[in-house]
Amino acid sequence: MATTVHEPAKIDLERLPNQGAGNGGWRNLAPAGGDLRRVKDSSPPPASTGIWVGLAAITMTFAAFTSALIVRQGSARDWQHFTLPSVLYLNTLVILFSSVTLEIGRRQVAAFMTGTAPSGAKARQTAPARWLYVTLALGLLFVAGQTFAWLQLRGQGLGLATNISYSFFYVLTVAHALHLFGGLGGMTRVIGKVNHSVLRRSTLNAASLYWHFMGALWLYLLLLLWMKL
Amino acid sequence: MHDMSQPAVQHGAPTSFMGKHIFSLDHKVIGKQYYALALVAAVIGMVLSWLMRLHLGWANLAIPGLHLLSPGGAPGNVMTPEYYLQLMTMHGTIMVFFVLTTAPFAAFGNFFLPIQTGAEDMPFPHFNMMSFWVTFVAFLVMVASFFVPDAPTLGGWTQYAPLSAVGAVAGPGQGMGVVLWAASIGIFCIGQLLGSLNFITTTLDMRCKGMSLMRLPLSAWAWFITAIMALTAFAVLMPACILLILDHVAGTSFFAPSGMVINDQVLPHSGGSTLLWQHLFWFFGHPEVYIAIIPGMGIVSHILVTNMRRPMLSHRVIIYSMGSLAVLSYMVYGHHMFVSGMNPISSLAFSFPTLVITIPSAIIVLIWLGSLYGSKLRINSASLFALGFISMFISGGVSGFFLAQPSLDIMLHATYFVVGHFHLVMAVAAMFGIFAGTYFWFPKMTGRMMNEGLGKAHFILSFIGAYCIFMPFHYLGIAGNVRRYQAFTDDYLIPLIPVHKFITVAAILTGFAQLIFVYNLIYSRFKGVSATDNPWQGTSLEWSTATPPPHNNFGDHMPVVYHDPYQYSVEGASADFIMQTSPEKISSPDEEK
Repeated sequence: MATTVHEPAKIDLERLPNQGAGNGGWRNLAPAGGDLRRVKDSSPPPASTGIWVGLAAITMTFAAFTSALIVRQGSARDWQHFTLPSVLYLNTLVILFSSVTLEIGRRQVAAFMTGTAPSGAKARQTAPARWLYVTLALGLLFVAGQTFAWLQLRGQGLGLATNISYSFFYVLTVAHALHLFGGLGGMTRVIGKVNHSVLRRSTLNAASLYWHFMGALWLYLLLLLWMKL
Repeated sequence: MHDMSQPAVQHGAPTSFMGKHIFSLDHKVIGKQYYALALVAAVIGMVLSWLMRLHLGWANLAIPGLHLLSPGGAPGNVMTPEYYLQLMTMHGTIMVFFVLTTAPFAAFGNFFLPIQTGAEDMPFPHFNMMSFWVTFVAFLVMVASFFVPDAPTLGGWTQYAPLSAVGAVAGPGQGMGVVLWAASIGIFCIGQLLGSLNFITTTLDMRCKGMSLMRLPLSAWAWFITAIMALTAFAVLMPACILLILDHVAGTSFFAPSGMVINDQVLPHSGGSTLLWQHLFWFFGHPEVYIAIIPGMGIVSHILVTNMRRPMLSHRVIIYSMGSLAVLSYMVYGHHMFVSGMNPISSLAFSFPTLVITIPSAIIVLIWLGSLYGSKLRINSASLFALGFISMFISGGVSGFFLAQPSLDIMLHATYFVVGHFHLVMAVAAMFGIFAGTYFWFPKMTGRMMNEGLGKAHFILSFIGAYCIFMPFHYLGIAGNVRRYQAFTDDYLIPLIPVHKFITVAAILTGFAQLIFVYNLIYSRFKGVSATDNPWQGTSLEWSTATPPPHNNFGDHMPVVYHDPYQYSVEGASADFIMQTSPEKISSPDEEK
């Protein structure tokens, strides 16, 4: 058997892109000195990967709910169609608008972190998180709107067990709202970190991605409910 | 060159007792916590099986003290038929979820995956800590159902509807018992999702310099693949549990069909689909079989390579085969439903991948056997249990060929043949993987060696005992012995009762043999011979660090990897192994690029 002598793999001790956080890299990215500008690249890749893994799990959960809805609707003739509360469409606008305000806020925070905020925008520099507050408020408004829709249905005597179609309506909307609370928690955490100047870009990106996903998930659920109910 | 003089701490070493041992963020402590939980769960599950076996052998036997566990379930210490089913349900549930999932995957994976990847911890240590404590709460909820009126449930670990969905009217334990069961499993799912998130991210993002994916040991690959499966499978089981609970507490009709009259009572449910539960459950349930066994495959491969002193015939093919098993496991779940009124075309669609899935399984087995052939295997407790794993996996796997075919499965499905099949291929094989991993990694986990003599005695008794228990199940099944019956009074079943008595005696003796292991574990923890950093002359990263590893796994210097994981008997090398961290030149064509 022929053998060849070859050198050990050459390894660059400098941190290379796409080489992974265990590359001795991510622990030196801890916030330094509490200065937001100095931690602009504090981007531990695990948060970026982890958020996608988390979203995959949530996708599987709602895929399971969806398949349950389709199978259950076809298994018996007791499915009742009903008109969705109109407040849901208003809520849709609210959550879509919250994605817009989040993007504005994200750009402002990023500009503040990199020190590239326009010179005339002093107010934005002193309160870089204000659009994030708006996003948070819109998120709470969305949850309030959903609660209003549930109360409206209940006021009409249409509860969780009235019919299987209502059961799925409540299950899907409540499950989405519970997941949205995760987004609200993430947004609150981001705002806290901005205010304490210790925000990592990956945290901001992960929280933003999660928020946008919640918006997209709601659009999907609304379409599903509109088609099936 | 590979000296990285940076502080290697992600979170500081805890100083308080609570921080060190209870609410620890350290993946190694969390791994040990999972192991301890699995050990307690295994003891409970085994005692439950003894009680069941005693009842099957001697139906009217009074078991002293049994009424203390359940006055209603065992009046005069004699088990009622319903209580037998309740114990059976809890045995299956505790073993599948809290032993076979937690020990090989969550316990060993937590302890060794970050070390084998060269990371100093999991990326989300708070999620990791929550993962264990959430699982612990799930276990408490499950065990609590023993002590709650109208509990535990008797519906089997699969909880088929409508029995599971209609409430207390369906029998003892079907009210609050099912709610507690579903709540416990739902909570368990959250714990495993948090753990899987960490496992996947650790593997993808936390690898040290030089550690490409293909340089990961087979055990790390197995945990990575299992984590992907757990993420997708438990994310489906959790909503199923939520819907089941709603059928109980909110009066919905997801799974409870209309027109049911039980115990002269007309039930209010309408239109629920009993098959819907089966689809949701088995979409999780079959991958769960591989969640239990793939970590064992990785652990056994890792142990065998170390003891053979040469790599597997193909590192990559084992990885690809384990990946194929993971993908196929989602396509075969319908074979659990051949007798549930399935369309024959659907049966065919599920039967075909079920037969196909034997191919990657057979490839892995053939690579093991081919690699073992002609090797000078070091015989120790770990390698013996690894061989035992292969033996059990083959024996249990062969009966899978029969069950994969709907025409045969219809005859065998409700018999002890299936009980023998899944106990050998999943339960006992996975347990042997756990034992192998324990004997192999105990020195690294505790700093002390386990007693080899006791380990070998444990193996011999367990190996013989396992076959004595589970092989006769196949013969009982072929003879038509139905499963889940609490007593055998039909004429054709009465001649089979002596076989059940034999199995019961074997189960009790084999169970007592496990005391050798428990004694060895406890004794060695405190009095065992001190272990060196690399007692087995292994090559992967866990053997390159101190024993036991420091808080940040590698001390002041993070490792740099130069080689594939299994460089044994390399021609021209200074020793018969080259560690992954050694910059020594390789003069072998075997290193995979």
